[in-house]
Amino acid sequence: MTTQERAAQRLAEGAAAGAGAQQRVTNLWVDAGRRLVRNRAAVAGGIIIILLLFLGVFAEQVAPYGYAEGDSDENYMTPLWLTKVLPGHMESYVIIGDKFILGADYLGRDLLSRTIYGIRVSLPVGLVGALTALIIGLVYGCISGYYGGKVDNIMMRIVDIMYAFPTMLLIILMMAFFKTTFGGPQEPGTPGYTFNQVNKVVDRLLGLEGGGMLFIFMGIGITAWMGTARLARGQILSLKEKEFIEASRMIGAADLRIIVRHLLPNIIGPILVSVTLNIPGYISTEVFLSFIGLGVDPPTPSWGSLISEGVRALRSYPNQVLFPSIALSITMFAFNFLGDGLRDALDPRMRGRF
Amino acid sequence: MGRYIVRSLLWMIPVLLFISIVTFGLCHAVPGGPFDREKVLPAEIIANLNKHYGLDQPLWKQYTDYMGFTRNPSGEYAGVLEGKFGPSFSSRSRTVNDMFRAHLPVSATLGVGALIVAVGLGVPLGVLAALKQNSVWDYLSMGIAIFGVSVSRVVLGPVMILLFALTLHWFPVAGWGRFEQIIMPAVALGLGSSAIIGRLTRASMLQVISEDYIRTARAKGLSERVVMVRHALKNAFIPVATILGPMFAALVTGTFVIEQVFAIPGMGKYFITSIGNRDYPVVMGTILLYAVFLIAANLAVDIAYVFLDPRIQYS
Repeated sequence: MTTQERAAQRLAEGAAAGAGAQQRVTNLWVDAGRRLVRNRAAVAGGIIIILLLFLGVFAEQVAPYGYAEGDSDENYMTPLWLTKVLPGHMESYVIIGDKFILGADYLGRDLLSRTIYGIRVSLPVGLVGALTALIIGLVYGCISGYYGGKVDNIMMRIVDIMYAFPTMLLIILMMAFFKTTFGGPQEPGTPGYTFNQVNKVVDRLLGLEGGGMLFIFMGIGITAWMGTARLARGQILSLKEKEFIEASRMIGAADLRIIVRHLLPNIIGPILVSVTLNIPGYISTEVFLSFIGLGVDPPTPSWGSLISEGVRALRSYPNQVLFPSIALSITMFAFNFLGDGLRDALDPRMRGRF
Repeated sequence: MGRYIVRSLLWMIPVLLFISIVTFGLCHAVPGGPFDREKVLPAEIIANLNKHYGLDQPLWKQYTDYMGFTRNPSGEYAGVLEGKFGPSFSSRSRTVNDMFRAHLPVSATLGVGALIVAVGLGVPLGVLAALKQNSVWDYLSMGIAIFGVSVSRVVLGPVMILLFALTLHWFPVAGWGRFEQIIMPAVALGLGSSAIIGRLTRASMLQVISEDYIRTARAKGLSERVVMVRHALKNAFIPVATILGPMFAALVTGTFVIEQVFAIPGMGKYFITSIGNRDYPVVMGTILLYAVFLIAANLAVDIAYVFLDPRIQYS
């Protein structure tokens, strides 16, 4: 049986089953929500994300110790069971003690607590990346696609240029610039001072004093929006010639109203999907930055900096790299499952596509 | 076609100019100079060094000197236009070109290795999943694919060392030069991309299989293998080919983490340390080189497109 035949059969069955029932009034979002809830992997992903969110918000209550709290007498203290499970002969050289569930790091800080606090870096990065991509990309793409002509040409040329930048190298350079220019103490009244103050507020909001999160958000945000802009523009271009847009223009609707009321609801689905599927990318960009030492400022823990510290002691203390890696991978799995589910739910034709 | 290539090449000029200006501006906006050391050098020496490298010139002049539009007063380092990327401030005896010559082949080899892993693993997985849709093979392939996109290379590198080098002793822990030292880094770098290729191949293959010309080919009585390889796979490969260009560029620029984990003497480490050292020519040169590379990779894909799909024409 070919795919079409199968689809036709399913349609026929559906029609037979639904013939007696009252016709349901439904809309795209209710339908999509129902499909999403039925997708077990996506639901599992969503639950994991919510759990992580809770762990992150209530890190002070959940984590056994503070993330910067440690005693160098207890460096690399490891519980007995871990030394048995992990490869090598850890029991012959580590300080064995049950004070830390997953062991302590090179400064005697609790690895579990630091991994939990790492959620406060990764989740906001994913969220802010997605929001910037959504807002800037959508506005940019809508303007470009709707007005077309010269405006479109210039705006898309700018996106083309941005695409030609080796993104990772640009982010690295920008992070170095932000950190050195705005990092130190600044004189009041200068732009650097303002940035510093905003940065402090952001860090305090996230509960990561001195983490330098604003700069990471900026670095990721600046390079996050181009894909969404292109996608939105393409969708608008194909939609704006449709009759219903012509009709609303005919009755005198303003451009803004047409875009917001008629075009946006029709293009938001694929864009939401693409933004969700990009969240793991933003998270791994931050992990990468912290890994090379241009991300969060110590002692703030990020999974990237934890893994980087762990790699230095890979041979002797494999637990240092293992647990942050597991946390990162679980998060990435969750977002990928949710993104895939969202895509299948919003556009069933796209099932199994890239 | 010829006109399209020419136009794309011409478009590279303003793009690269823009990139060079932004990069130059960002480099010089970072406070501090290349000769600031912990042990402070005497002012006269710094002045002389600055004079020697033309750093005492106004900023716009430094830019035009670097690009080769004007002559550096000392005349020693001609500009990018002549293919000379200037001196490296931190290792005084070497030019940036020397540095590229020594370290670029390493990163490129790693990138090619990763691309081989990505295609060699991704395409068969995708085809297998499509041909046996909704079977165990399909779920297994797509499971591997979701594993590939979810496990970051930052994680994969150390975990692979832990597993295959330190526990099983199959591969050397780190280093560069021998064949078995390339395998783990290439896999760690390429697995994520192979997942993307696998999913794309599967989707594209599923679509192609339901096309009319596949039915025609079957109706002609061709063997299933000929139908699949010559008719289906070739066409299913077109969307895959479009992402190979940007993917290869991303792999080569993405080698930094892997280089650090496996102690590979590639470009990554030098780029990062040269930002810290305010070694402007190295930073500028690397970014420009990679930008050219990125644009060229995309153009190559556009051209390859025409050969893969005769329906596509550029005007």
